[in-house]
Amino acid sequence: MTKKVLIVDDEPNIVISLEYLMKKEGFEVAVAGDGEAALQKVASFAPDLVLLDVMMPKKSGYEVCAALRGDPAQAATKIIMLTAKGRDTEVAKGLAMGADAYVTKPFSTKDLVAQVKAMLGA
Amino acid sequence: MAQGWILVLASLLYLGILFAIAYWADRRSDAGRSVIDHPTVYALSLGVYCTTWTFYGSVGRAAATGIGFLPIYLGPTLMFALGWFVLRKIVRVAKANRITSIADFVASRYGKSQLLGGLVTVIAVVGVIPYIALQLKAVSNSFTILASSPDLVMPARAAAAPMLQDSAFYVAIVLAAFTILFGTRHLDATERHEGMVAAIAFESVVKLLAFFAVGLYVTYGVFDGFGDIFGRAAEIPRLAKLAVARDTAAAYGSWAALTFLSMLSVMLLPRQFQIAVVENVNESHVARSVWLFPLYLLLINVFVLPIAVGGLMQFPEGVDADTFVLTLPLAKGQEAIALLVFIGGLSAATGMVIVETIALSTMVCNDLVMPLLLRWKALGLDRRPDLSGLLLEIRRWAIAVVLMLGYAYFRAAGEAYALVAIGLISFAAVAQFAPAVFGGLYWKDGTREGALAGLTAGFAVWAYTLLLPSFAKSGWLPADFMAGPFGLELLRPQQLFGLTGLDEISHSLFWSLLANIGCYVGFSLRRSPDAREAGQAAVFVGSGNVGAGALQWGAGAPVAELLPLAGRFVGPDRAREAFARYARSRGVRDVEDLPADAGLVHFAESLLAGAIGSASARVMVASVVEEAPPDLDAIMNILDEASQVRAHSREIEQKSRELEAATAELREANERLRELDRMKDDFISTVSHELRTPLTSIRAFSEMLFEDPRIDLEERKRFLGIIVNETERLTRLINQILDLAKLESGRAEWTTSDVDLAEVVRESCDALSQLYREKGVALATDLPAGGPVVQADRDRLTQVMINLLSNAVKFVAQGEGRVRVAVECLRGEVRVTVADNGPGIRPEDQDAIFEKFRQGGSVLTDKPVGTGLGLPISRQIVEYFGGSLWVESEPGAGAAFVFTLPLAEDGGASE
Repeated sequence: MTKKVLIVDDEPNIVISLEYLMKKEGFEVAVAGDGEAALQKVASFAPDLVLLDVMMPKKSGYEVCAALRGDPAQAATKIIMLTAKGRDTEVAKGLAMGADAYVTKPFSTKDLVAQVKAMLGA
Repeated sequence: MAQGWILVLASLLYLGILFAIAYWADRRSDAGRSVIDHPTVYALSLGVYCTTWTFYGSVGRAAATGIGFLPIYLGPTLMFALGWFVLRKIVRVAKANRITSIADFVASRYGKSQLLGGLVTVIAVVGVIPYIALQLKAVSNSFTILASSPDLVMPARAAAAPMLQDSAFYVAIVLAAFTILFGTRHLDATERHEGMVAAIAFESVVKLLAFFAVGLYVTYGVFDGFGDIFGRAAEIPRLAKLAVARDTAAAYGSWAALTFLSMLSVMLLPRQFQIAVVENVNESHVARSVWLFPLYLLLINVFVLPIAVGGLMQFPEGVDADTFVLTLPLAKGQEAIALLVFIGGLSAATGMVIVETIALSTMVCNDLVMPLLLRWKALGLDRRPDLSGLLLEIRRWAIAVVLMLGYAYFRAAGEAYALVAIGLISFAAVAQFAPAVFGGLYWKDGTREGALAGLTAGFAVWAYTLLLPSFAKSGWLPADFMAGPFGLELLRPQQLFGLTGLDEISHSLFWSLLANIGCYVGFSLRRSPDAREAGQAAVFVGSGNVGAGALQWGAGAPVAELLPLAGRFVGPDRAREAFARYARSRGVRDVEDLPADAGLVHFAESLLAGAIGSASARVMVASVVEEAPPDLDAIMNILDEASQVRAHSREIEQKSRELEAATAELREANERLRELDRMKDDFISTVSHELRTPLTSIRAFSEMLFEDPRIDLEERKRFLGIIVNETERLTRLINQILDLAKLESGRAEWTTSDVDLAEVVRESCDALSQLYREKGVALATDLPAGGPVVQADRDRLTQVMINLLSNAVKFVAQGEGRVRVAVECLRGEVRVTVADNGPGIRPEDQDAIFEKFRQGGSVLTDKPVGTGLGLPISRQIVEYFGGSLWVESEPGAGAAFVFTLPLAEDGGASE
């Protein structure tokens, strides 16, 4: 069955590009523009993987990540954090929060797609 | 010898010699060749401890109790031999803080509290006045005895003589005049009196020689040496018991109590503090006094017992033992020796009275009168240019009043008690200072409330158990006072709570110190010391680190304010001289060129402290300097680091003070740099985030287009459009960051000219009309006909207007949005309003939107287009031209951005 990917970012253009890339790989895609919408979408859409931006209105990516990791029902959901802040402390914080990977913007589309595929075993 | 005039002449001659010595020493000191800068002179001047109470009273006490006179000298001996390091620490701390009296010392220790200084002064005055009375009585008695010889007349009822025929009255007047001449010729910044100290040292020699003369005469002239006297005395049962201590617990307790009491007194009596601490020229002098002062005490006591025993054997009952020193030679017709004794007694009295009243007058002036006068606004003292004359005047009056009080006490109570009893009452009063002084030196947690409570409690108990009973015994209070109030046995003043078996001094000492220490510790523990107390505690308890007080003044003040302030109290000329010396020591040529830093403030404070005491000095300096909140950690750190090195000479102390000030400044600068560095770091992190976001889209779409040539044309066009937009956004961002950086660093170029603001608004509206039409937003303007003219940069104002207008159109709803621009002139300024009917801005966001990279619109689902730098830049521009920019908004009711600019002087709005 097709794997499901949730894209969470408040930059419309980045969402468009990620959506295009994921759909092209054959994943089923949903999008959310802020942290709260992301949590609702996780509940209704039940994604296998979340591409999660860090700096967002309402709830930051860290908070969303912590909420997901605190929910046993979502234990299997993979999380890739995307951030434009590339400092080591931020990478460490993201991984400590329970993210599976941490990707710094701007990212290589090829590498990102490869990483998503590897994580989903597709 | 019956001629009184010979005695008067001899007395005046002696006082003349004293004055000559003092005058000579002052001149030498002015010439820089101090006579008293010598350890032997210091030790001799400490001999002021021996008053007429020693000179006449020791023999009296010995006649009554045998060796019972010894504890009074044993205490000081023990204190100097074993507790000299305490004295050295007090001297060190007092020098570093320019302490002028014991009241100043206590006040300074507990956060420079004026209240505490006043309390110590009151206790000292009340406690010491009977002691001064004692001196007057002794001189007047000796005069009477000598003047009526060869008859042996006991001056029993001095009070019976009318005042104008009372020799004590004249003694008091002469001593007052003499003390005023001695002690208040000028104000010294350190409150030191070199001439006085020289004279006191001389007096110590005179009284020792006089006592030795009579002692030798009695022992070897009247009798045949020590063995002869004591051998004969042993045959008389009444005298035999004098040579041994009574072997009872109470007797030992009383010995211990008296020894302890005199240990405290030798440091805490105002005159001892004055001589040992305030007048100390060099800390190292303490070392010699450790053995020389006890030796002096031993010598002056060698002949006490022989004279006492000799007197008891010589005279039948009826001759007061206090007068044996005088009456023994008189009885043998040795008038020359008697005259020498009279001079010795006079010297013991004058020494005590001069130093004690100078010390008390300094305290009364600095800690009692000046704080009150300065607070009394109606006097206008805070506006008087020169107060130094007033200070001297107050001190002179204080001296006169103290001596007259002493005389009044003598008239009223002089006959009620033996000499020794009065002295001990005074000792017990000043012993109340002990917890606050010694606690303050070794315990950091003592607080102002603790010291106040301890002193008050101790003083109250002392008054109840010693002073009031002495009044009762003199008949001033009803006799049933001694039975306790309301007949309550527990409250009997001299058997408090049923404590019996102690003599009255030990009893009072026990209860008063118990109450004193209990309250001091108890109240101190109720709260931890505040920053000022802790700062002073560090200076006093720490190993006498010099100049740490400077740290309390975080801010500086200019010479122009400090010099007149100091001049008002120490005199303009002396103040200018002192400032000039300070300037030279800092390597500055002109007083006016001194930097207005914390070091200068500290210097001015210590100069003032020398004249008016530390508590008042702090208040006066605070009137011109903003007191910085003291940073406790910084103080502690610097103390720890710097206290290792103790600077010995004045120059080195000065240098280290400067270094500490510089260290504090460097530390501060470092803090500021670190803060700036952190802000820069945050800024760069934010900028990099803002730059990476458009870059991410550009890279992603470019890679997608590059990798996949089969994307259809429509999609391809859309993606390329995004890339172009994001590139524009990136360019705009970089331009604005550079612009803001230029504005903030002050490197922006401005072309200032007369600008018609209405025209700027009109042109900006025209430039954006296309955008407004596209979004279907209505733009209305309300402009005055002849535009208001402001002094500004035309292009920059256009930049502000474009920014506000494009913000407005961004946030209103498509199709139904309305934006209104108004320009109006109000009281010398022009006000521009850009109001929209958008969603408004929440109150908590209204400041944030002017911060860099903070955008409104988190309530919107889509992120507004923009860099988040427009408003900060606009605000910088408006403020550069003397205006301000703010927002007025209610959520849901639109937002109005308003800025004002001052109207050009002559180009006001034409109506």
